[in-house]
Amino acid sequence: MLPLLPGQFAFGMAFGALAAQKGFTLVEAVAMTGIVYAGMSQFVILQSWPDALTVSTVTAVMLLTATVNARFFLMSASLRPWFSTLPVWQAYPPLTILTDGGWLNSMRYRDRGGADASFFLGGQILSYVSWTFAALPGYLLAERLTDPKAYGVDLLMPAFFAALLIPSYRGLERTIPWVISGIVATTVAWLTSGYWFIIAGAVAGSVSAAFILSEGNTNGR
Amino acid sequence: MAAELMRTDVMIVIAAMALATVALRTTGFWLMRYVPETPRVKRMLEALPGSIIAAAVLPVVAQGGLVAALAVLAAMASMWLTRSDFVAVITGMAVAALARFAGLG
Repeated sequence: MLPLLPGQFAFGMAFGALAAQKGFTLVEAVAMTGIVYAGMSQFVILQSWPDALTVSTVTAVMLLTATVNARFFLMSASLRPWFSTLPVWQAYPPLTILTDGGWLNSMRYRDRGGADASFFLGGQILSYVSWTFAALPGYLLAERLTDPKAYGVDLLMPAFFAALLIPSYRGLERTIPWVISGIVATTVAWLTSGYWFIIAGAVAGSVSAAFILSEGNTNGR
Repeated sequence: MAAELMRTDVMIVIAAMALATVALRTTGFWLMRYVPETPRVKRMLEALPGSIIAAAVLPVVAQGGLVAALAVLAAMASMWLTRSDFVAVITGMAVAALARFAGLG
């Protein structure tokens, strides 16, 4: 988790700054990070905040949040083989604060042969604390943080994601699903607006693995 | 007005967002309980992390142009050389910041 914390902190600060610029109170900004705890969707919802509170606008907020965060559904599914032996009360609470960084980190740990599920929980808690409190200085320094892009903060997650493909490499055959996923996602992103492209690509890649890869081409866990 | 710490309507929207997000975070794991782990399902689950990564990165690179491509390639190269995710992330962000400073994209 450590490699991500500085960048994540910067990302959290950027959120706090945006919330301040949009006229939210400090408590609201920190509450949103602490309760929703899903950075990308928080940025999107702040940008398209409903003018009036009605059943339909709240439904729209939930739908938009769900499409932005739909990848969490797949990430959570991918944790099944690892957490399946845990009792329910140990498996579910850490899942409620699942994020990109914590999940990626845990996948890397598991790739190296790690099996201790508390690694996932520890990383998530560290990331939770750092992200939630980053909104505070961001909010207070709002005027000076006008352009987080200048520091490359927006490319933090893509860079980390991409880097983790390197240690996940298991021979050419098993990169075919990744390529299929990337092509489908890029095409869907190009043809449609919104955030369905991650799901479309990831499902296509995963399903292709079931049919393309030869029988028995697994990690053996 | 000055003493207003949080507004009810804002908190309702926050609660709605949280509900949608936590549901996604838990139902994937829950539903897989009912899927038997055949070799085929196993291959799908093992391909899933890499596929999610590819689906999240490639469109960003395709739309983010040269700066995004440089940052992602730099992160991958540095990961390959150093095997340190910390160095990789810092390299990626630094390359992006430098490229923008230099006026690319």
